[in-house]
Amino acid sequence: MGSKKTFGLVVAALAIVMVAVWFLAQKKTDEASVSETKIGFVYVGPIGDHGWTFQHDRARLEVEKALGSKIKTTFVESVKEGPDSERVITKLASTGHQLIFTTSFGFMNPTLKAAKKFEKVKFDHATGYKQAENVGTYSARFYEGRYIAGVIAGKVSKTNKIGYVASFPIPEVVRGINAFMLGARSVNPEMSISVVWVNSWYDPGKEGDAAKALIDQGADIITQHTDSPAPLQVAENRGVKGFGQASNMIKFAPKAQLSAIVNNWGAYYVERTKAMMDGSWKSQDVWYGLKEGMVEMAPYTNMPDDVAALAKKTEENIRSGSLHPFTGPIKDQSGKLVVEAGKIADAGMLLGMNFYVEGVQGSLPK
Amino acid sequence: MDVVAIVLTIITASTPLLLAATGELITEKSGVLNLGVEGMMLIGAITAFATTTVTDSAVLGVLAGAAAGTSLAFVFGVLVLILLANQVATGLALTIFGIGLSALVGTGFVGIALEPLPKLDLGLLSAMPVIGQILFAQDFLVYLSFFMVVLVAYFLSKTRLGLILRAVGESHDSAHALGYPVLLVRFLAILFGGFMCGLAGSYLSLAYTPLWAENMTAGRGWIAVALVVFGTWRAGRVALGAYLFGTITILQLHVQGWGLEIASQFMSMLPYLATIVVLVLISRDGAKIRLNAPQSIGKVFTPSR
Repeated sequence: MGSKKTFGLVVAALAIVMVAVWFLAQKKTDEASVSETKIGFVYVGPIGDHGWTFQHDRARLEVEKALGSKIKTTFVESVKEGPDSERVITKLASTGHQLIFTTSFGFMNPTLKAAKKFEKVKFDHATGYKQAENVGTYSARFYEGRYIAGVIAGKVSKTNKIGYVASFPIPEVVRGINAFMLGARSVNPEMSISVVWVNSWYDPGKEGDAAKALIDQGADIITQHTDSPAPLQVAENRGVKGFGQASNMIKFAPKAQLSAIVNNWGAYYVERTKAMMDGSWKSQDVWYGLKEGMVEMAPYTNMPDDVAALAKKTEENIRSGSLHPFTGPIKDQSGKLVVEAGKIADAGMLLGMNFYVEGVQGSLPK
Repeated sequence: MDVVAIVLTIITASTPLLLAATGELITEKSGVLNLGVEGMMLIGAITAFATTTVTDSAVLGVLAGAAAGTSLAFVFGVLVLILLANQVATGLALTIFGIGLSALVGTGFVGIALEPLPKLDLGLLSAMPVIGQILFAQDFLVYLSFFMVVLVAYFLSKTRLGLILRAVGESHDSAHALGYPVLLVRFLAILFGGFMCGLAGSYLSLAYTPLWAENMTAGRGWIAVALVVFGTWRAGRVALGAYLFGTITILQLHVQGWGLEIASQFMSMLPYLATIVVLVLISRDGAKIRLNAPQSIGKVFTPSR
């Protein structure tokens, strides 16, 4: 019966340690809540994904750098979208965090639920469309970057076929596919896009496999709306070209990366944190793009000079507002005119985009 | 349609599953359920990647990856066999620990790119159309994965040691009464499982997608565990399951690329569905499943004195 006794002792010891830790933790949060402002970040992926979450975390570090000792930041990574995220958000809110950034589309409803419970805490939710008194939303016009990428692809591709590794069929992703297609067709009407949905934001193996499948089917440009550098790396190994996603991935594909659409959240996070500290924080809905610097293009590499010049010019035109990627005439897959010539797609259509434009192959999963 | 290219992709997608599942098969056959496969794979992946980056030697990397998987399995062995911890809980903890530790170790290795594992080159033989590329131009871990399946199948069914291992998994009390060293057998089986998971992880970070990214296994460890169960603890069927899963995963990507009108959500589900259905169908004989299933799996063994 010796083992039972030991077991009892171990349990007792563990219990004592846990109580002690709990007391210490209580004390720590009490101290923290008076002395400094705490900012929370909820991430959908690991901070080492070198893509979406990596960029959010880089922005968090910018906030720390800009505001220094006045604030303290906490992040929780690899949080699953859905009920589990509500637990994480609630936990941050209940431990004295006054401003919480929830950085994935699927955190929308959990954020709103937590916001109801904690009316004094401010929330900023990325890429969502529902606001509340204490919930603001922000997103970036990535489609501007995708349009430029499309223009480049239209000039560089020899097979006229683009392989698109996509995550989930939500408006954000569909808008990106369409912007890419419109950009490509603006310089080469023969271009087409094949889309493969991997139904995951982050699965390097599967993303890479999808890229291989697309290349095997004749695509010589690979682009992605998933978070790891795997598809671009496959492009490098197979000798085709591609684009970095969310951050500059040139290290993974020195010969293949044409450019990358870089998400730059830093300035916005600093601005929002300052607003929260001086009491001017208000729920708002922003959609920033190249002009505000929330979307940036990585250097144009591995392409002829004239293509790079064209890309730069396109970028400049979008920034100055003289070019909008979704300017008519735009036809959907069936050839129906959805945006008339000279008109620009309205916000409703952009935000709720649920159709493919002409040139995209296959049907959009519903 | 380039069949060779598809087959090559299928092989890369299936190999990590096959390696990990073969290891887990031996562990489970000895009566131990180790749910830490995912964690051991991740530790193997980062160790292999880090070692290869630092030493520039893929062989050293693979060895280090396998060693890392084995050491994590060692911890598991001590916990469940000597300290008699609950196997399910310890396995889950091992996975969580592996995810965290690999991420911690890996912070310095994010964003580094490696050359993929070198492929076999037998000159003319490898250059043969179709067969050459598939049969004679793989990297050595692919060959090793097949060799291991054959070895494990032979070991379990034809050798005396294999019989002892199965006896231990079947009834540890009887095996103990017969004088077999139950704990030693199980410990070795756990270590072998860790070794194979380490190899599987090395394959992921050195050959499949030659990069380190946190949590890059993305659930493959769990699929390996499931394959062992659905393959009813038989090496051949586990291998079949691994390749079935890999094949359908890749084919569904191709089918999407062709633009067929099938919902992508359904396609993503297909590998899981098809693998389970096929494996359940070929081994639906309940009596045989009971024969194959190690009866003392997950049970704690305390030698009676």
